Amino acid sequence: MTLDYAAATNKYEPTLGLEVHVELNTNSKMFCSCATEFGASPNTQTCPVCLGLPGALPVVNGKAIESTILIGLALNCSIAPYSRFARKNYFYPDMPKNFQTSQYDEPICVDGYLDVEIETDEGPKTFRVDIERVHMEEDTGKSLHVGGSTGRIHGAEYSLLDYNRAGIPLVEIVTRIIPGTGKYAPQVARAYVTQLRDILRSLGVSDVKMEQGSLRCDANVSLAPIGSGLLGTRSETKNVNSLRSVERALTGEIERQANRLEAGMRIIQETRHFLEESGLTRPGRSKEQAEDYRYFPEPDLVPVTPDAKWIEELRAKLPENPADRRKRLQKEWNVPDSEMNSLINAELVDVVEETIKLGAEPTRARTWWLGEVSRLANEKEVAPTSLISTAFVAEIIALITSGDLTDKLARQVVEGVVNGEGSPKEVIEKRGLKVVSDDSALMVAIEAAIAAQPDTAQRIRGGNIPAAGALIGAVMKATGGQADAAKVRELLLKHLGQG
Amino acid sequence: MAAISRDDVAHLAKLARIEMTPDELDHMATELDQILGAVKRVQEVATADIPPTSHPLSMSNIFRADVVKPSLTNKEALSGAPAQAEDRFKVPQILGEE
Amino acid sequence: MTNIYSTAAEMAAALDKKEITSVELTKAHLDRISAVDGKLNAFLHVDNQGALEQAAAVDARRAKGESLSPLAGVPIAVKDILAQKGIPTTAGSKILEGWRPPYDSTVVAKLKAAGVVILGKTNMDEFAMGSSTENSAYGTTQNPWDLTRTPGGSSGGSAAAVAGFEAPLAIGTDTGGSIRQPAALTGIVGVKPTYGGVSRYGVIAYSSSLDQVGPFARTVLDTALLHEAIAGHDERDSTSIDAPVPQVVAAAKRLDVKGMKIGVIKELSGSGFQAGVSARINESIELLVAAGAEIVEVSCPNFEYALAAYYLIAPSEASSNLARFDSMRYGLRVGDDGSKGAEEVMSATREAGFGKEVKRRIILGTYALSSGYYDAYYGSAQKVRTLVKRDFENAFTKADVLISPVTPTTAFKIGEKSNDPVAMYLSDIATIPVNMAGIGGMSLPVGLADEDGLPVGLQIMAPFMQDDRFYRVGGTLEAALLSKWGKPILSNAPDLAVK
Repeated sequence: MTLDYAAATNKYEPTLGLEVHVELNTNSKMFCSCATEFGASPNTQTCPVCLGLPGALPVVNGKAIESTILIGLALNCSIAPYSRFARKNYFYPDMPKNFQTSQYDEPICVDGYLDVEIETDEGPKTFRVDIERVHMEEDTGKSLHVGGSTGRIHGAEYSLLDYNRAGIPLVEIVTRIIPGTGKYAPQVARAYVTQLRDILRSLGVSDVKMEQGSLRCDANVSLAPIGSGLLGTRSETKNVNSLRSVERALTGEIERQANRLEAGMRIIQETRHFLEESGLTRPGRSKEQAEDYRYFPEPDLVPVTPDAKWIEELRAKLPENPADRRKRLQKEWNVPDSEMNSLINAELVDVVEETIKLGAEPTRARTWWLGEVSRLANEKEVAPTSLISTAFVAEIIALITSGDLTDKLARQVVEGVVNGEGSPKEVIEKRGLKVVSDDSALMVAIEAAIAAQPDTAQRIRGGNIPAAGALIGAVMKATGGQADAAKVRELLLKHLGQG
Repeated sequence: MAAISRDDVAHLAKLARIEMTPDELDHMATELDQILGAVKRVQEVATADIPPTSHPLSMSNIFRADVVKPSLTNKEALSGAPAQAEDRFKVPQILGEE
Repeated sequence: MTNIYSTAAEMAAALDKKEITSVELTKAHLDRISAVDGKLNAFLHVDNQGALEQAAAVDARRAKGESLSPLAGVPIAVKDILAQKGIPTTAGSKILEGWRPPYDSTVVAKLKAAGVVILGKTNMDEFAMGSSTENSAYGTTQNPWDLTRTPGGSSGGSAAAVAGFEAPLAIGTDTGGSIRQPAALTGIVGVKPTYGGVSRYGVIAYSSSLDQVGPFARTVLDTALLHEAIAGHDERDSTSIDAPVPQVVAAAKRLDVKGMKIGVIKELSGSGFQAGVSARINESIELLVAAGAEIVEVSCPNFEYALAAYYLIAPSEASSNLARFDSMRYGLRVGDDGSKGAEEVMSATREAGFGKEVKRRIILGTYALSSGYYDAYYGSAQKVRTLVKRDFENAFTKADVLISPVTPTTAFKIGEKSNDPVAMYLSDIATIPVNMAGIGGMSLPVGLADEDGLPVGLQIMAPFMQDDRFYRVGGTLEAALLSKWGKPILSNAPDLAVK
């Protein structure tokens, strides 16, 4: 009989380990001055250095070092006063030099941690994930496999190589083993990667797009019987291309390993590939015969020795931790978890904060971004932030607050801005969307409405206040929606002796 | 006893991606054994208190600015390729996985 | 009358006075090459058209009155290990047959910018691994003094070209003696500059922490002129020294060693050196004393371990540097019949494309770096490197320069050592310590050995970035020898043009 996930984690304790690769968003590559733009046509962003041509030599991109130190600082690491690049030697066609310039026993950042919070059966709980090292390396090229029946690498008749990606700076963030997560292992992993992504985004050092590969996660997991104190054999799952997949891949892998152990089979130390469609993993290259990478210090580069002053300058640049910031903003805005989560999921926290900073009333700032702007963005299938600036949203909200625009008019202004009709002011001008607040003009409309519905007016005079709705509606219609409804109501009731 | 066996050499040749003939492996094992016999002398003086020198220079922090410079054209990049197709280097099928 | 037997300085002066054109001078050398290179095999590629075009361009600039570099219009031969755009560059290996680099090495770019006319590319031991050019995939170069003997190596083609009057100047590279040893064996001047003094960008790497580019010429002054033309900081080489180039031309012209302390290295004299070699060295010492220098004896007890350390460090770095020759992106491809995978084709290509010595060193280096052996071999060799450095540091507290023979013997017979790698390695015993420490050294011809009438070289070594010192001592000694002999040493060599 097979164990399901609950049964598996009832019997076995998972131990996690996570390796995250982040492509930095520098303009140029790690060791040469080629561009790093995503999606350029093949082999147009290459040079003697990143093609590994005979004689070419690397020179370190200073911005990449700075970004790596920033990442280390944000993850509470110590920055090594002396670190070096090393060559990791192995042959693979997508690696032009047949060694990867990486770091080995002298990484630039060591000994950090990240606290991640997840929801458990007993409420929110924080796990500390210890970070062993953050080091620099370079990305490989991309291979395309042509021919063959399966479409997988196996069976391809030949392969085509594009080295545009070769040499793009990569930062590898390696955790220590993460024990004691129990059945929450997949959630802890997901929360860790999520929080890491948010930190990297807040630092502005990477595009952190998992689907484009600028953030990649390899998840290691091993199982041991609960309480045994043992550490089982681990597998490493690659090709995990979304946050959701991190959780699914680990859940699946824990189940698979538990069932192998139940059946009396041993776990093979290997690399496995996550299959997005099925949520399962399949075996890749076996690591039983571990590659001997023959690391040695890269003789073409000199050591990196950041001094205390430089490190402190970088530390001063660190933005607020995204998790702390969210907690602070939620408190300041006084919104429930559900709404905060909506803002986070829609990636609107930053713009809302900015809009408020520009003077907008907080509740309106949230509702306008999450409501009308998001609705239009959905229709057009673009990001809300690409439709309208925070300054324009703040301006529109200010006009609502001052009574110059009604919500209904404001929606038209937003629509105008989004359609490229100009600034809110210009849209109001062009479309003639000013609120009619001139009392005498309104009185003309009110008297006309009373004249048209004398019975209704009579009922209101008799004290039937709710009946006023019909007359207010008529006035609003007559003014093309440009009147302030509250004002109309006030004037109408006063005129009919109910004010 | 030999410092290095024929099997060792076969393993090293595999790591170094050199497909050696059995004859070559035999020869190489004998020669390497001689050479290793000569070079292992370094161990006589390499005591624990001596720091290693991997490089003659004592410089550090040599960085370049993050500025894009022109790359090779696609044609230049592929100019030495033994085979090419679709603006890419064409190579024999890649077996195994990344 | 300026001709191919003139010095480069004389040629430059004649060009400057418009007594001769660069086209005439270049033609004279190209004629010489076609007359004698069948005997020497010094060139792998002669660029007749390119050289004449370059010469014509320099002549045109001179005619216009443009200010030109000191060596503008003087021809040169370049070791085939330096990338030159569009010109075949093989490093003496089958694996690079037909490769034409899409870029210029920094040294080639500097030569072009200085108007130095590049005649062609010279023969060498494959990937600079060897001391005789017998490891070239394109046949051995013969020594102009005796065609049955080797000119030394690995830069044997460059040395033979200069000694054989095919070029007044040449570029070589020196990893363990590859400039100084062939200079000594062919009776010319060769200099290995301080590591980092000349850019390595575009120089096909053998052992990155030891390789250095340097000049060959027939006089100390010519060597200095070329040294200044190629030296200086290069931002494309991270190990290039950002400091002013030592004033080597001025030093070569100084002709005075009064008060200088010259250290004779005890461990590199006496037994183990051919009697005729020791005799010439001792004569040189007497001449230096007569010129006012003070001789001191210094001891470098760890030099005896330098050779062993070198044959671990250089192969280790080489095993990694040469990994890129895998048939995927450039060079030879063997066995791609559609049925084999990339891995098999790589292995077949490397088997067919690399010569025996290259394979030997790759395997040796792979071994020295592999896990379990790293500390005992590569690690220990690095410690010896520290000891060798310390020996030099101590010696330089007692002396301004150090001297020794360049080689234990004069030029050996072709084939004499080619089947005994360890015996061949011993030819570098006196030159290797300089590379290990990263300092500079000169080989100066100091006469002919009595027993065989072949040239003997004196090695002069100076502290880090004090290359001017060996030019000063070399220039002074050269003048003393010339006045003693009454004619240049090369006038004793047989006339190659005689059938």
